[in-house]
Amino acid sequence: MARANTSKALLFGYQAYIVAFFVFLAAPLVAAGTFAFNDSLFPSLPWQGFTLDWFFNDTEPKLGMFHDRRLLRGLYYSFVIALMVSTLSVAVGTTNAFLFVRREFPYKNFFYILMIVPLVIPGVILGISILVLASNVANTADDRFGIELEFLRPGLFLVVLGQFSFITTITSLVITARLRKCDLSLEEAAYNLGAGRARVLFTITLPFLRPAMIASGIVAFLVSFENFNTTLFLVGSESPLTITMYDRMAKVGSTPVLNAVSFFLMVGSGLLALISVVVQRPAPSE
Amino acid sequence: MSSDVKRLSLILLFSPFALWIVLLILLPHIGMVALSLREKVAPRVYEFGFGNYIDFINEPIYWNTLLRTGSMSLLVTALALLIGFPVAYYIAKIAGKRSRGALFLMCLIPLWVSDLIRAFGWILLLRETGVISSFLIWTGMTDHGIEFLYNDVTVIIGLVYTVILFMIVPLVSTLDGMGDDMIEAGYNLGGNSLTVLRRIIIPYAMPGIVAGCIVVFMLTAGSYLTPILLGGKNSSWFTEQIYDQFITRFNWESGAAFGFLLLAFTSFVVWLGLRLSGQSLTNTVART
Repeated sequence: MARANTSKALLFGYQAYIVAFFVFLAAPLVAAGTFAFNDSLFPSLPWQGFTLDWFFNDTEPKLGMFHDRRLLRGLYYSFVIALMVSTLSVAVGTTNAFLFVRREFPYKNFFYILMIVPLVIPGVILGISILVLASNVANTADDRFGIELEFLRPGLFLVVLGQFSFITTITSLVITARLRKCDLSLEEAAYNLGAGRARVLFTITLPFLRPAMIASGIVAFLVSFENFNTTLFLVGSESPLTITMYDRMAKVGSTPVLNAVSFFLMVGSGLLALISVVVQRPAPSE
Repeated sequence: MSSDVKRLSLILLFSPFALWIVLLILLPHIGMVALSLREKVAPRVYEFGFGNYIDFINEPIYWNTLLRTGSMSLLVTALALLIGFPVAYYIAKIAGKRSRGALFLMCLIPLWVSDLIRAFGWILLLRETGVISSFLIWTGMTDHGIEFLYNDVTVIIGLVYTVILFMIVPLVSTLDGMGDDMIEAGYNLGGNSLTVLRRIIIPYAMPGIVAGCIVVFMLTAGSYLTPILLGGKNSSWFTEQIYDQFITRFNWESGAAFGFLLLAFTSFVVWLGLRLSGQSLTNTVART
């Protein structure tokens, strides 16, 4: 009995620790979200009453986020960049999965490690190295041939490339893991029934990969949306939202409109994350 | 399928991979190293040399910052492992089937909010006019606001917070694969909880532990926003030096040298960690 009591006490302490941990996880997010609804010019206590002004009000000094043109532009650029990055990285991630699961070639292990490496390179370094290379190429083209390669100067294109360079590792790993589980006998059965290669790919293999492609696409979208370190060095005049918010924080200081944006992003990414979990969940028949 | 077709399709599958790795990873890094070996001798005149690295060695502020970044990152990694392991173990082994998924999801949600918002949340809680300080005044424990921001402890708390999810996720996925019978066998053979933890659970979870530590260490050493926003102007984080050289001073040669030093230093630490734990990159990071 004594042992049961101590282990009960231990379990209770353990659960208290888990609760404390989740409070720690939630605290800053709750703080960032809650002050979006405080009717005050500063995101701090005391509580002045509930308001939606920081979302919808259209006049200074309480300009709501949906009327703040610079924030909306940032949101738009973030969205465009994230869409391009996730499309590209899912496409390359899928070809990588086929390459590493279905093919044999020399030095395969070495190339596989090379595929993982971008994930462990600090984002700041990816940013500066791509900036250096792109500027070198652009300068050379300008000096030698008098051609101005505008797209190699900091801007949207470089931001997409910079984020793509490490997000592709994430999509490749997720899709590779799924393709490894693909039952080859299904494909063989289809071949035996007379289906061609393209038909098998589109009716058997790709539908099997679809949950992983969607989930990794969502992950890529979110990682791109929140990226700061790589983007910081490659950004031109089209600042995505994180950069715009950082500028606002550095210049204006903390204002509740940033809380409103935070709340909006939390709800948005929470929903997307939920979708990615739902599509990855095995269907009841499986 | 004829061998020509097979070869062609292999080339077609290999080319996106090769373009990605060569154009966006290998060439940029070679370019960065080449740039770091260029010395400015006169305006628009450069020659090959190790000047940028010699400057780094001669200026204690630079290498102190690198050492500080490295040692604080190791501390953050250790703390993340200590705090995260019990949580991962609870999710994988103790929580009921239904609550397991929910707890795991709760762990992931902060992951999808950017560093910036997380740091912003901490600022609202910890600054002099922040929630915690106001609460302490309200309870009467203090009669003036307390500034919790801009010190090393806050930076470490903020960094642990930012990266701990990358520790928990690989830990949960490795612990998930461990059968409960292994733990029971350990107890049946007369082991106490500590022995079971040390001899069975930790060795089994090693790939997950190493994977988590690598990712957490790299993320911490390469982080920029959290140390700057929570540590203020004097946080002396090495990425800040790189940014300073690149953007503020427009000294790309020196910035490239710093970038290479950060990469070499962090890679060395990761390599050392892999050697000491007897793991490889493929069976740790690639598993998750």
